[in-house]
Amino acid sequence: MKFEKVISKTVVIPVENIDTDQIIPARYLKAISKDGLGEGLFRDWRYNADGTPKADFPLNNPEAAGAQILVAGDNFGCGSSREHAPWALTQNGFRAVISTSFADIFRGNALKNGLLPVIVPADFHAELLKNPGAVVEIDLASQTVKLAGGKSAEFPIDAFSKRCLLDGVDELGYMLQQEAAIAAYEAAHPAAVNTAA
Amino acid sequence: MKPRTIVEKIWDSHVVAHPPGAPALLYVDLHLVHEVTSPQAFTMLRERGLKVRRPDLTIATMDHSTPTTSRDLPILDPIGRAQLEQMSKNCADFGIRLYDLKSDKQGIVHVMGPEQGLTQPGMTIVCGDSHTATHGAFGALAFGIGTSQVGHVFATQCLLQQPSKTYAVRVDGTLKPGVSAKDIILAVIAKIGIGGGTGCVFEYLGSTIRGLSMEERMTICNMSIEGGARAGLVAPDDTTYQYLHGREFAPKGAAWEAAVARWRQLPSDDGAEYAHELRIDASRLEPMVTFGTNPGMGIPISAAIPDPASVSDPLERSDLTKALKYMDLEPGKPLKGHPVNVVFVGSCTNSRISDLRAAASVIKGRKVNPKVRMLVVPGSQQVRQQAIAEGLDKIFREAGADFREAGCSMCLAMNGDQLEPGEYSVSTSNRNFEGRQGKGGRTFLASPLTAAASAVTGVVTDVRSLL
Repeated sequence: MKFEKVISKTVVIPVENIDTDQIIPARYLKAISKDGLGEGLFRDWRYNADGTPKADFPLNNPEAAGAQILVAGDNFGCGSSREHAPWALTQNGFRAVISTSFADIFRGNALKNGLLPVIVPADFHAELLKNPGAVVEIDLASQTVKLAGGKSAEFPIDAFSKRCLLDGVDELGYMLQQEAAIAAYEAAHPAAVNTAA
Repeated sequence: MKPRTIVEKIWDSHVVAHPPGAPALLYVDLHLVHEVTSPQAFTMLRERGLKVRRPDLTIATMDHSTPTTSRDLPILDPIGRAQLEQMSKNCADFGIRLYDLKSDKQGIVHVMGPEQGLTQPGMTIVCGDSHTATHGAFGALAFGIGTSQVGHVFATQCLLQQPSKTYAVRVDGTLKPGVSAKDIILAVIAKIGIGGGTGCVFEYLGSTIRGLSMEERMTICNMSIEGGARAGLVAPDDTTYQYLHGREFAPKGAAWEAAVARWRQLPSDDGAEYAHELRIDASRLEPMVTFGTNPGMGIPISAAIPDPASVSDPLERSDLTKALKYMDLEPGKPLKGHPVNVVFVGSCTNSRISDLRAAASVIKGRKVNPKVRMLVVPGSQQVRQQAIAEGLDKIFREAGADFREAGCSMCLAMNGDQLEPGEYSVSTSNRNFEGRQGKGGRTFLASPLTAAASAVTGVVTDVRSLL
């Protein structure tokens, strides 16, 4: 799926260091497909022990319905490498997460699933935190994020990931085209470990 | 030639292609696989009609959803059982060697790889697991990947990667009795915070690191991700070669001599540049314990729980307040003496034979406090057998602890071993995130020595009072 632009209201979870165990608890990781992982999104922050929704959790606010942009605190997605985290987010309609920084593995996983990690400066981030539900426009081509009627900021993304998202290119397809280079490398380098031993 | 760090040397020797405007295509020497992060990648292979390019460089085990009760018992959780069965089918279909629940080599992926001699210096190693950094203890560049990338490696034996910066973590000085490798890494993370190493690979340097055993180095490298670094490593030395020599998949004969000669070229060059540097004086460290809900929230055992009122950044302050509320702890009070319900000795951080020996040395001749449930979960079948051969199982059982089968167990509570809501554990694992060890559970991370001491007293304990 191509990613060009997203214009949406935001949901704000003003918490730093949100780890992937919170984004989707480990008990949802026993699945062998991606189906239904969306139910696990922020499960233990979102629901009480008896299964009723916690009224004060931002995602449970009726006004959050349909939001495609999540705003969260610094170092979003730290901890476990589970790709179930971006799967659970995209299954809930999210197309971008805005923070001041992202954990490395989450960032890579998100980009492979059409979920754009948007890194913004602290002052712009503070503005977003103050205005939950504000409409924000994220334009990938120009790498800008704009608060409706307000400030805008540029965000970084590596050229390759950007091209993959804009063109809807699948990374594996690109890698498979490198077959000749991989075969040449293998011919020149014996296996580092002989598992036939 | 410009002086290079070990990270740069390994990187340079594994670049298959690096076209302008694109990330490098990096060759993967060893791909370790487990049941939780691989099923959707196998599905992708089937959907696209692809094979596993190098089944010989791909080794699988069962650990995360794996029960630690007797192997003779049926697996009660139908979803966990289905995942394990799918793993067997996937490995059979794609020709991958699998150490399943019946294998005497089964174990936590990061315990099994090194003990089989699969993990060797200078290699690139990946696994769909953030604790893959463990293998860095051998001077390998080892890091966790997501499931999409597991699929990429299956199909191409390569990854698309941007180079990382090298972050020097220098630890010098002599550790005091009762202070261990776990305390070093908890102190590092407390100092730099859980995002401090983002974008970097840690290289652990200094006299203290040089003096550590391979198992202690694994404990340190294991938690690199808890400092935000995808990988962490220690340059290989004679300690590394002694550990590796004679292991099943280590080179033999002339190939061994040639490999060691090659590995001796790996350490960082004099004058190599580091992006960041941290210095730790090991002689000043105390046993460490975490009080909060991320591994950076750690304090020396004699210190008081921090007060949010003393934190100026508003988001940081609210995170600390939120953590103390979840943990139901009072700022300014000591953590030492806080009651404990469960003690867990295990996980890819601290489940090796030296960890079990350390815990047993404290437990021996004592009893687990009647209010405490203590689980000892060896990291692998081989660790388990060794522990039994040394009589450690008897020490644990006679003290009232539960000595179980190998797996990840209560580190992430996927297999039924878990805390009840509100319970407190002292755990030798790596993460104290909310609910990590069971919904509503509360985790104090610590070393095997501290965990064992706390099991005996029933409260968070400074092990030095029992030595």
